[in-house]
Amino acid sequence: MDWAYLFEIALTGIAGGGIYALAALAFVLVYKATRVVNIAIGEMLMAGAYLFFTFAASFSLPIWLAALGSVIGTGLLGAVIERTVIRPLLGEPPISVFMVTVGLASILVGLVEIIWTADQRRLPEFLPNAPVMIGDAFLAPKIAYGASIAVVLIGMVLLLFRFWRGGVALRATASDQAAAYSMGINVPRVFSLAWVASAMIAAVAGVIVGAIGGISSSMGVFGLSVLVVVIVGGLDSVLGALVGGLFIGLVEALAGAYLGGEYKLLATFIVLVLVLMVRPYGLFGTHEIERL
Amino acid sequence: MRIGTLKQSYTADAALFDSRTQKVWLVVGAALLVLFPFIASDYWLYLACLVAINVASATGLNILTGYTGLVSLGQAAFMGLGAYTVAIMQTRLGTPFLFNIAAGGIVAMLGGLVVGIPSLRVKGLYLAIATIAASFIAHFLFANLKLTGGTSGLSLPPAQFFGLPLDTSFRLYWVIVPVMLLMVLGAANLFRTRVGRAFIAIRDRDISAEVLGIPLLRYKLLSFGLSSFYAGVAGGLWAYFFRVVTPESFPLLMSIFFLAAIIVGGMGTILGGIFGAVFMTMVPELLKLVVDLLPGGVEMTVFLSPVRTVVFGLLIVGFLVFEPHGLAEVWRRIRRFFHLWPFRN
Amino acid sequence: MPDEPHRDDFCAPAASVLQVDALTLAFGGVKALTNVGFGVAPGSITAVIGPNGAGKTSLFNTISGFYKPTQGRVLFEGEDITHLPAPKRAALGLARSFQNIALFRGMTVLDNIKLGRHTHLKTNVFDALFYLGRARREEAELRRDVEERIIDFLEIDHIRHASVAALPYGLQKRVEMARALAMQPKVLMLDEPVAGMNREETEDMARFILDVRREWGITVLMVEHDMGMVMDLSDHVVVLNFGQVIAQGTPAQVQADPEVIRAYLGAGDVGELRRRLRGESMAGAA
Repeated sequence: MDWAYLFEIALTGIAGGGIYALAALAFVLVYKATRVVNIAIGEMLMAGAYLFFTFAASFSLPIWLAALGSVIGTGLLGAVIERTVIRPLLGEPPISVFMVTVGLASILVGLVEIIWTADQRRLPEFLPNAPVMIGDAFLAPKIAYGASIAVVLIGMVLLLFRFWRGGVALRATASDQAAAYSMGINVPRVFSLAWVASAMIAAVAGVIVGAIGGISSSMGVFGLSVLVVVIVGGLDSVLGALVGGLFIGLVEALAGAYLGGEYKLLATFIVLVLVLMVRPYGLFGTHEIERL
Repeated sequence: MRIGTLKQSYTADAALFDSRTQKVWLVVGAALLVLFPFIASDYWLYLACLVAINVASATGLNILTGYTGLVSLGQAAFMGLGAYTVAIMQTRLGTPFLFNIAAGGIVAMLGGLVVGIPSLRVKGLYLAIATIAASFIAHFLFANLKLTGGTSGLSLPPAQFFGLPLDTSFRLYWVIVPVMLLMVLGAANLFRTRVGRAFIAIRDRDISAEVLGIPLLRYKLLSFGLSSFYAGVAGGLWAYFFRVVTPESFPLLMSIFFLAAIIVGGMGTILGGIFGAVFMTMVPELLKLVVDLLPGGVEMTVFLSPVRTVVFGLLIVGFLVFEPHGLAEVWRRIRRFFHLWPFRN
Repeated sequence: MPDEPHRDDFCAPAASVLQVDALTLAFGGVKALTNVGFGVAPGSITAVIGPNGAGKTSLFNTISGFYKPTQGRVLFEGEDITHLPAPKRAALGLARSFQNIALFRGMTVLDNIKLGRHTHLKTNVFDALFYLGRARREEAELRRDVEERIIDFLEIDHIRHASVAALPYGLQKRVEMARALAMQPKVLMLDEPVAGMNREETEDMARFILDVRREWGITVLMVEHDMGMVMDLSDHVVVLNFGQVIAQGTPAQVQADPEVIRAYLGAGDVGELRRRLRGESMAGAA
C-alpha cells in the first residue's frame, strides 16, 4: 500500500473538492433563497470562464480586470435569468422550474458554441507555475492555487452572509417568504440578489476550473458533479456544500487514480444513489414534514 | 358550429371519439396514414418512421411524468435497454423481430421497476436526479460490457418478415406506425379505467390517494414499468430502423429531448405526447431547411448544430413561461373557437 | 369500555363500529393526544368538538392511519387496525374527507368520484390497456352506479364533467363527500364538512349527512366547529381539549358540562353560555 501516493491523491482530491465546494455554494445560495434547483449551474460556470477568456485573451485586458469583468458580466447574466425566466415561474410545480433551468443550460451551451465554437481553449496563464509540495506530496500548482482562491472566497461569502444586512435578509426570505415580506424585506429584490451572487460565485469557480483544465462548450458537465455534491450535503445546507464538496472531490480523485479516469463519474453517481437510499435529504439538509 | 352532442347511454359518453365529426376525421386520418408511404419520398418516409418511434416513447414518458407526476430523465436509457436487447437477440439468436421487440420491452420494463423501487422514499426532484444517475450507470454498462459490444456497439441485420428483409423506410413504416398506434391507443384506454385514474391521483395528491386505498408503491412501480416498457419497444423499433446501436445512441440529452417533447406537447394528455414528439422531431428539420435557404452556403451549416441547441432550449423555456399546458392546450383553444364560431364565448 | 379519568355519563353500546382505546400520540416532546378513548355506535352521527389545537385532526389522522399512536389501539368492527397501513383501511370501509379539500385538481368531478370506488374494482393493467371485457363492464357499471346513486343524491349532475379546480368551495366540498360515498364506506369521517360555508350551504350539507345515514346506513364521525350543526345532528358528542377527552355524551349532556364550558370560554359566565347555546339550538331545529 503506497501511502505516499494515497496521500498525494487524497490531497489533490480535497483541493479539487474545495472548488466543488465553491460551485456548490453558488447552487445552495439560489436554492436557499428561491427553492430553485439550478441545473444550469455548470453552464453559468462556463459563462464566467468564457467571459474571462474574452476579456483576457481577445481584449488583452490585465488579469484582474478580466476577472472583474467576468464576475460582473456573469452577475448581470444571473440577474437577467432571474427576471426573465425564473420569476414568471414562481409558484409553478418544481418540475417546471427544473426543466426551465435545463432549457437555460441548452441555450447557454448553444450560444457559447455559436460565438466561440465548440473547440477547447486555454485560458491565459495567471497562476504561479512552481510545484507545490506539502511534505513529500506533490500538488499540481494550478489545483493548489485554485483551491486556495476558492477557500478564501468561500470564507468571504460566509462572513458576508452572517453579518451583512443583505445576508440576513437572504436567510430570512429562505426560511419564510411571507414573514420576510411582512418585515419589510423586498423579497423580489432578495431573489435577484441571490441569483446575482450565485452567478458571480459561479463565475469565479468557472475561471478556476478553466484555468486548470481549459474551457470548452461541454464544461457544463462539471455541474453534474456539483449536483451530486449538493444532494450529498443537503440542497439547502451551506455546511453540506462544503463537506459534500470535499467528500466528492476525494471520491473522484480516488476513483480516477485507482480505477481509471472513466470511473470518476460512475463512482460519483454510485455515491449519489447510495445517499439517496440512505439519507435522501443529504447529510445536513432539512427534511420538510408535510402537514396533513 | 357544434352545439352539443347528445349521448344516450353512459358507454357512449365514455367513448374516445364521441362525435360524428370526430369519427369522420378518424377515417380520413387513417386513410392518409395508409396512403402516405405511397406518395412520400424516402426522406419523408424516414422522418415519418422517426416521428412514430418518438411518439411511442414520448407517450410512455407521458404516462410516468405527465400523468403520474414522477419526473424521469431515464427514458433514453430504457430505450437503450430495449435497443440492445433487440440487437443482441437478433444477432445471436435470430429470433423473429416482433418477439425481439417484445423482449426488449420486457427487459426495459424490468429496468424501470428497479429504478422505480426507491420512488416511495425519494420524491420529486430527488427522483429525477436519481434517474440521471441510473442513466449514467446504464451508459457505463453499455460501454463496458462485452455483451453489448463495448464502445463500438452492435450492428444488426434487418428484421425479416417471412423472408422479406425490412431494410427500407417504406417497409419499416408498416411495422413502426401500427405498433405506435397500438401503444397510443393503449395509453388512451388506460386513462378511462381505474388504473389511469390512480396514476393521476398519485400525481395530484398522493395522501388522498392513499386514503382512497390506492397502494402507492405498487402503482408507482406499475407506472415505471409501463412507461419503460413503452421505451423499450420504441428502442427496439429504433434498433431495427437504424441497425446500429452504440452507447452514444441514447445519451442523457435524448432523455431531455423527450421530457421537452411532453412539456411542449402538453403533459398529462395523450394528444400532448403526439404533438410534442412530432413538433420536436420536425423542428430540427425545419431549421435545416431554413439554414439551407440562407445565403452564405456551407459556412452557415456549421452553425446548424449550435443553433439547434439554442432553439431547443428556447422552446423549453418559451413553452414553460408562456404556454405551460403545451400545444395540446393551443389545440383545445383552436377547437373551441371553431365549435363556438360564429359566437365568441 | 375504556377507562377514563374523567366524568363519563355515557355508555357506548357493546358493538361499536369504530372504537379508539387509550390512544396516545406524541411528536417528540409534544403530546397531541393523551389517553383518548371513545366508541362510535353503528348508524350514529358522532361529533368530535373542541377548541383549536385540541387534537381533533390528529385524532382523525391516527384513525386514518397516517400517524402511528405511541400507545393505544384503533378498532374497526372489533378488529385491531392500529398497525394496518392507511391504504388498506379504505377496503375495510373507512372513508374520510379532509379539512382542506383534497380533491384531485387535474381531474373532472366524475373522475374524482369514480376514484372513490378504486379499491372495490378489479380491473388490472392488462384489462386497462386493451379496454375490453372486464374493464369495459366495470366502467359501465361504475358509471351507472355513481350517476344514479351518488350524483343524483348530492345534486351535482350539472357539474359532472367540470374540472374540480374551477368549482366554488361549497361544490368542491360536496364532490369530496360524493367521492367518499363512492367508497361504499361503513364509517364516514368528515373533517369540518361545513367549514367556510354560508347558511344555505350548511343546511344543504346537514341534510345530506342525515340522508346519508338514513338511506345508506352509514355511520358518520365528524369534526366540526359549527355548534348549531353539531348539537342538531349528533347522537353523541366527544369533547377534546389539549389532546384529552374532557367529556362525552348526548349534545344536551355535553352542553351542560362545566368542563366543556370552561374549555371554550375560560372562566366565563356559564349561565349566559347555556342560554346562548340553547337559543341557537332551538333556532336551528325550527
